[in-house]
Amino acid sequence: MSGNHQTLALVLFSVFIAVTLGITTWVSRNRHGSAEEFYAGGRLFSPMENGFAIAGDYMSAASFLGISGLIALFGYDGLLYSVGFLVAWLVVLLLIAELVRNCGRFTLADVVAARMSERPVRIAAGASSVIVSIFYLVAQMVGAGSLVALLLGRSGAAAQVWTVIGVGALMVIYVSLGGMRATTWIQIVKAVLLLGGTVALTVLVLVRFHGDFDRLLLTAAERSGHGIDFLAPGLKYGADWTSRFDFISLGLALVLGTAGLPHILSRFYTVPTARAARRSVVWSIGLIGSFYLMTIVLGFGAAAIVGPDAVRQSNAAGNTAVPLLALDLGGGADSMGGTVLFAVVAAVAFATILAVVAGITLASSASVAHDLYASLRRKHAKQRSEVGVARVAAVGIGIVAIALGILARELNVAFLVGLAFAVAASANLPVLLYSLFWRNFTTRGAVWAVYGGLIPALLLVVLSPVVSGSPESLIPGVDFQLFPLQNPGIISIPMGFLAGWFGTVTSSEEPDEARHAETEVRSLTGAGAV
Amino acid sequence: MQLSNDRARSGGGGPERAREHREVRPPVPEEPAGVRHDDPWFGALAPDWPGTEPPGAPAPAVPAPRQEPARDAMAEVYLAVQRSAAFQEVRSRYRRFVVPAGIGFFLWYVAYVVAATTAPGFMARPVVGAVNVALVAGLGQFLTTFVLAWAYARHARLRRDRAALDLRWDTQELTRGVKGGTS
Repeated sequence: MSGNHQTLALVLFSVFIAVTLGITTWVSRNRHGSAEEFYAGGRLFSPMENGFAIAGDYMSAASFLGISGLIALFGYDGLLYSVGFLVAWLVVLLLIAELVRNCGRFTLADVVAARMSERPVRIAAGASSVIVSIFYLVAQMVGAGSLVALLLGRSGAAAQVWTVIGVGALMVIYVSLGGMRATTWIQIVKAVLLLGGTVALTVLVLVRFHGDFDRLLLTAAERSGHGIDFLAPGLKYGADWTSRFDFISLGLALVLGTAGLPHILSRFYTVPTARAARRSVVWSIGLIGSFYLMTIVLGFGAAAIVGPDAVRQSNAAGNTAVPLLALDLGGGADSMGGTVLFAVVAAVAFATILAVVAGITLASSASVAHDLYASLRRKHAKQRSEVGVARVAAVGIGIVAIALGILARELNVAFLVGLAFAVAASANLPVLLYSLFWRNFTTRGAVWAVYGGLIPALLLVVLSPVVSGSPESLIPGVDFQLFPLQNPGIISIPMGFLAGWFGTVTSSEEPDEARHAETEVRSLTGAGAV
Repeated sequence: MQLSNDRARSGGGGPERAREHREVRPPVPEEPAGVRHDDPWFGALAPDWPGTEPPGAPAPAVPAPRQEPARDAMAEVYLAVQRSAAFQEVRSRYRRFVVPAGIGFFLWYVAYVVAATTAPGFMARPVVGAVNVALVAGLGQFLTTFVLAWAYARHARLRRDRAALDLRWDTQELTRGVKGGTS
């Protein structure tokens, strides 16, 4: 890549950072330091604002870079990701958003602890939320790394590390200074930028093919070297039964995981009522759906215009397909248009990573301070303010994410997000659904549901080909691979549900009818909601 | 206020329910201390935390500093509301929409994923030009998601919101009464 791209992209990115830092200082100018304000932005956002913010939180680098990259490399099999990512929002809309808004205060554990004995439930749900967040953060960090590698050329390993550190430092500043209010505004700005950039690229792709979608598909199939098979499922996941089960597993994780993501759950608390939460989810379904429809065009466009070989050469996992497409659409590597478009895409992708990372960091620091610290703190230890603890937790989580992000930088980001979804679907969704809908659910059931999903999911990932046993794995030298699938969802999600059921039916604890009544009345009417 | 009118119309159990609550309330002060004191919403953690209480929030919205003997009376309020016809109606309207819709889209999605992995030959069958069954099914998933989201929002707005708001109002009135009676 030539120096022009670098400079322009860095300038645009610096502008974004300046604007978002401006927002952060502006919204925190008269801060009260209350937990309400720090975690939920004072609960005063409108449904449209929150809908954009949810979309901003959700349309991560994994969607923008990862999915179109997978479509460019594997054709139709990449598209299956975007279907799963979108359909998942129906689970959120129908079963989760309104009820969680009515029942909880800041975190997933609030909803569960409403019916159960507080301490064990908070520790379990808090721990699983932090683990899910870290998986998700690592995916974003890897996305940042591969973008920098593209921008600075293959030799920039040190620069890559420094950028990941820079992204981490910035997110800590946003979160600890601005809390939820600043984070939400950053998401909104980023969602608008990302949608604008995607619309522009999609229009350019369609113009290149004179609006003929058929022609686009056929050209993509032809350039891919797979012929018409490129447009049908099976290229990536059809080789044998292992990979087929792997795909079904991934499909389940995608559709059930969204509802268990801590940073998505925390977004429902930023609006005043359950009705506003519902309307913000409807907004986000519209925005996210149109965005994924456009990534399909971008993915096939990258295959048709750039060609899978060039994509693979730049990044084996396909993460750089869209920036390369932008370069070509603008008129090629040495043209003014190409330079500008490439720089815009790179800057938007950076902005995306930064914003999503800030959102997840905020949610996980809430889990650490509001659930874990509060439950584990020794009785007579010196008292600190919860918000202060959350700010410190944001720093700690940032450091962990930076370290793991550097370690995992060769994996496809969409795939890494798939893992985070599997863990979220196994550990967080069962306990959430049971506490909202099951009359006889008990404390033991809740704790078992969390650990019964979390531990199998983590164990299966460790024993899977992701970590060891093949040249592409995280630790290529050793082989302790026992579980053939890359995604644990198909085993661990049912285990989470089963463990919750089994823990409940074997516990001697009488289910508390009154507290179930309170949960049910609150969840459906909003009585007593904060 | 037309709220109570609407409630009577939608639930039919409004007036009876209100009377029932008033019968529940008097025993509150005589409630024996030390029955069950764990507050499900704010629990033991709340007092330790400076800053957990939103400053200046209105009383009904923040049940945190609830008096302990009120605990059972509060439980009675929620149990009574849960048993009321108006609440049962709201709940069954919600479930009558969500259960079939949820099962429907989940099966359609699983069928799509399983078909994509086990029947690639069928999915590769061309429909129009380069567009094959797989692509139509994928776009169909997008379409059904949009339609279902719209239908749910409409159903909730027209059939549930008003009744839920009335119930919220009544419940908060009752819980405030309980708190006021003991503190």
